[in-house]
Amino acid sequence: MSLFKKSPWLLHYNCSSCNGCDIEVLAALTPMYDLERFGIINTGNPKHADVLLVTGSVNDQNLEVIRSLYAQMPDPKVVVGVGICALSGGIFAQCYNVHGGAAAAVPVDLYVPGCAARPESIIDGVIKAVEILQQKADAMRGRRRTATAAAREAA
Amino acid sequence: MDMTGVGGALLFLIGAPFAGGLLAGADRIVTARMQGRIGPPLLQPFYDVGKLFQKSRLVVNPFQPFYLWGFLAFLLVAGALFFSGGDLLLTVFALAVAGVFLALGAFSANTPYSHIGAERELLQMMAYEPMLLIAVLGLYQSTGSFLVRDILGSDRPPLVELPGVFLGFLFILTIKLRKSPFDLSTSHHGHQEVVKGITTDYSGPDLALIEVAHWYENVLLLGFVCLFFVPLHPALGIALAIATYLLEVFVDNTHARLRWQHTVKLSWWTGAALGLANLAILDLIR
Amino acid sequence: MELLLFLILFPLLPAGLIVLIPHFTTRKIVARSSAAIMAATSIWLAWRCLVGGPEYFHLEAGTIDATMFGLEILIAAYLLYRCRGLPPRRLWIPALVVVQLLAMVGLEFGGQLPHVDRPLYADHFSVIMALIIGIIGSLTAVYSIGYMTEYHNHHPEIPVRRRRFFFTVFVFLSAMFGIVFSNSLSWLFFFWEVTTVCSFVLIGYARTEEAKFSSFHALGLNLLGGIGFLMAIGFEAYFAGEPTLDVDRLIAAGPALAMVPAAGIAFAGLAKAAQLPFSRWLLSAMVAPTPVSALLHSSTMVKAGVFVLVKFAPVFRGTTEGLLLALVGGITFLVTSLVAVSQNNAKRVLGCSTVANLGLVGMCAGVGTPETVWAAVLLIIFHAVAKALLFLGVGPIEHRIGSRNIELMEGLITTRPALGAIMIIGICGMFLAPFGMLISKYAALKALMDSNVLLAGLLAFGSAPTLFFWAKWMGKIVSIPHRPSDVVGPISLDKWVALGTLALGTLGACVFFPWAARWFVEPCVRHAYGATPGLATGGTAVMVGMLLVLFLLPLLYVVLPVPAVRAEGYLAGIGVERGAAFRGAMGKVHEVDMRNYYLSSFFDEHVLMRWGIRVCAALAFAMVVVSWI
Ligand code: SF4
Repeated sequence: MSLFKKSPWLLHYNCSSCNGCDIEVLAALTPMYDLERFGIINTGNPKHADVLLVTGSVNDQNLEVIRSLYAQMPDPKVVVGVGICALSGGIFAQCYNVHGGAAAAVPVDLYVPGCAARPESIIDGVIKAVEILQQKADAMRGRRRTATAAAREAA
Repeated sequence: MDMTGVGGALLFLIGAPFAGGLLAGADRIVTARMQGRIGPPLLQPFYDVGKLFQKSRLVVNPFQPFYLWGFLAFLLVAGALFFSGGDLLLTVFALAVAGVFLALGAFSANTPYSHIGAERELLQMMAYEPMLLIAVLGLYQSTGSFLVRDILGSDRPPLVELPGVFLGFLFILTIKLRKSPFDLSTSHHGHQEVVKGITTDYSGPDLALIEVAHWYENVLLLGFVCLFFVPLHPALGIALAIATYLLEVFVDNTHARLRWQHTVKLSWWTGAALGLANLAILDLIR
Repeated sequence: MELLLFLILFPLLPAGLIVLIPHFTTRKIVARSSAAIMAATSIWLAWRCLVGGPEYFHLEAGTIDATMFGLEILIAAYLLYRCRGLPPRRLWIPALVVVQLLAMVGLEFGGQLPHVDRPLYADHFSVIMALIIGIIGSLTAVYSIGYMTEYHNHHPEIPVRRRRFFFTVFVFLSAMFGIVFSNSLSWLFFFWEVTTVCSFVLIGYARTEEAKFSSFHALGLNLLGGIGFLMAIGFEAYFAGEPTLDVDRLIAAGPALAMVPAAGIAFAGLAKAAQLPFSRWLLSAMVAPTPVSALLHSSTMVKAGVFVLVKFAPVFRGTTEGLLLALVGGITFLVTSLVAVSQNNAKRVLGCSTVANLGLVGMCAGVGTPETVWAAVLLIIFHAVAKALLFLGVGPIEHRIGSRNIELMEGLITTRPALGAIMIIGICGMFLAPFGMLISKYAALKALMDSNVLLAGLLAFGSAPTLFFWAKWMGKIVSIPHRPSDVVGPISLDKWVALGTLALGTLGACVFFPWAARWFVEPCVRHAYGATPGLATGGTAVMVGMLLVLFLLPLLYVVLPVPAVRAEGYLAGIGVERGAAFRGAMGKVHEVDMRNYYLSSFFDEHVLMRWGIRVCAALAFAMVVVSWI
């Protein structure tokens, strides 16, 4: 069953964004756009989340933080970079302490372009990311199945 | 235990997750409508739990699941006891054991958010426990028995004699259902200062179990509400219980969260002023 | 009868031997073997009573009475000697000693004391008490052997007076047996006073300022309670319609004749059981070495206080005095449970909870119906076992972590799994279904509901904070620490014997409680009332079922091997060192440190105690006054 498509739970983390993208992310969560229609919930807790929304560029301060948050998300999980900053560092790319986009810290599955990214495109991005999430889940289940089969054979 | 008793218990053990899940789905839709949204599909809670079961399980330490199982197991014991027509007082005690297990699981993880959640959970229990006991005592006083099956056989609704107790019970029901303004320990609305409180450090299948346990608990509590309407037609009783639930959803959506001091104070005063006073007056009248 | 006399007199033998024998190892052997003999004898006695039923014994007590009188004078002299140099504020204590002395002399030579026909007896209730004293008392004595050595290693500043310690403990045990077997008011009073003095000596053992203060506090309040006893005896000597000092006759005489002595004895019982308004003495008595707290201040001596209350319960049934007594018990239960929430000192929490539970027993005794007495006896048994276990468990923990602070017990379940498990068993035994205390609370709640709704309400409100403070303590013990910590040091075999037996007892009590109820509790109620409430069998089955669930739970690890990945606890992403610390502003690393809620401004100990004392003092006083009217 494609349950992951039906219930993606989000974790939103602001690396060092200008707050523009964050406001748009929150706008997407307002009644106006009603993300809960798609089963999307903003959990605020990596342990409950499937999708990590990253805004802003990765710098010295938040490099470890975002890695730690990512590590605390249970598999399967996807990362969505929101905005230009999360893609490349954007206008902050040249700063002395900036490492680049979200990919500098964690593997990113999908980028939502824009400065700031519009709520509609964020929603669109999340829906696309969910497809990837479902693929990952299927792959995980396949791996698990082969592992148990192998174990049974070995026994 | 007779056959109907066994049947009731089985019905609860098998049926309650479905009923509870649907209730949760309806809750979310109603909440969405109150906020001017469309909201998720009715079956959304089942999707969520199904998904969580497929996720991998992260634990802070290997003891965490143990407490979780304890939580679920004692909820099942409490529910089975209730729906098999057993002793109400023991049901309440089993519920308390379940609550303590949940808190211990969060204590075990030993992280700040879990810890705050656990402390607040215990505070909530301290807040509602007197009124919960008084509700049981009230039903006893009105019907002469602690056994659910005897209460079911009473000839007029206990509500008639126990209006105060019923109101007090509704008050603490808000705490038990984890609704605002008393949603201190889990904060089911995201992005609050305690993150997810007591459930913060559970993930995947463990979190799914917590959800399912809550469904069981909610059904049990609504069953408790039904007891107040007893000799009415069962369908009417259930309808009234669901109406109660909707009332709680309404309260949930119209109230900001209270501080724990107010929670404890308010529920104790309610317990004394509505519950205990009701019992005393009933005692005098008799 | 020989058996009873043996139990009363035998502990004096090791007491004497321990003073005389200079050799430490021999003293240990004496203590261990006599403890074993006491335990065995009390079990033998229990068997005899089970088979044969209650017995009362005739005894020509002339010489014994004279000896007791002489000893009482000696005790008074000793107390007056110890009272020298007290500050003027506390001169009321020696004054009380003098008052008691004069009253005693007056009664003795007034020539009015009724003759006691059958001064010794053993019924089911006293046998239950004897088992508690014989078994828990002996275990505690054995435990103390190891404990006191360690105690002095940890407190080099305290002079070693171990011999005096063990002497007093054994004398105390003798007096306790005396209390539960005496059918004569004046004997009862004598043993009563002996336990007061023993408690005084043992609390003051450390001879620090705090210890001295607490010991005099305890002495003063218990002497004050003793006045109630004298009032009872004096009433029988001068005012009673049918003067008698036989306890059984007094109880049989009913409220019309026996109310004044019953109220007087209840007053004494309230003091001994540290009920409000007297509670403070027990809380400050927690400075005593831990075995003393376990023995005197939780499982036996304070139990003597409620023992007499329950004994006189038939007299209180349905009377105003009984209601007042029940209110004192109920309010004590509520207030001390609330006070316990704000305590972080393990022994003080245990102390508060002891007072609270005794309050519950007092409440049941005041109501005095067969059902409440049934619950009260059950409460006494379960509380004695579980609370002794907790006290004895706190002892070694205190020496390992160097503190009585509950906060420092974090992660005990991993650092010292056995000790942690013992504490958890004890705590569960105190408040959680399906363990002992909850069974009795269940019975008490049902019984109170039938007699007085408000009292049941008091119980409902008092139970809630109990749940809070026990659960948060348990939470500390099961928190898994993020860093390895070292709680080292071996625990002597003596201690393990005591702890293991009590832990098994706490668990066993809930498995075997239906039988215990049938063999001991029901005969005991039947003896007092002629009829006894049975046990709701459905309830028992459920309790056993819950226990089964509890024991089967760990098996799930085997059945459900869901693979789990270890991860740090959630620390907003800034955790370092596997969640033991976090990186705060300016990259500074802070240790994660979590404390329990104590709500001390919400449940202010002083305010609560002040009001509790005022209200309960008024109620207790009213009880005595009403009994005279
Ligand atoms: S992409 Fe633009 S709006 Fe978004 S964080 Fe970067 S600078 Fe701000």
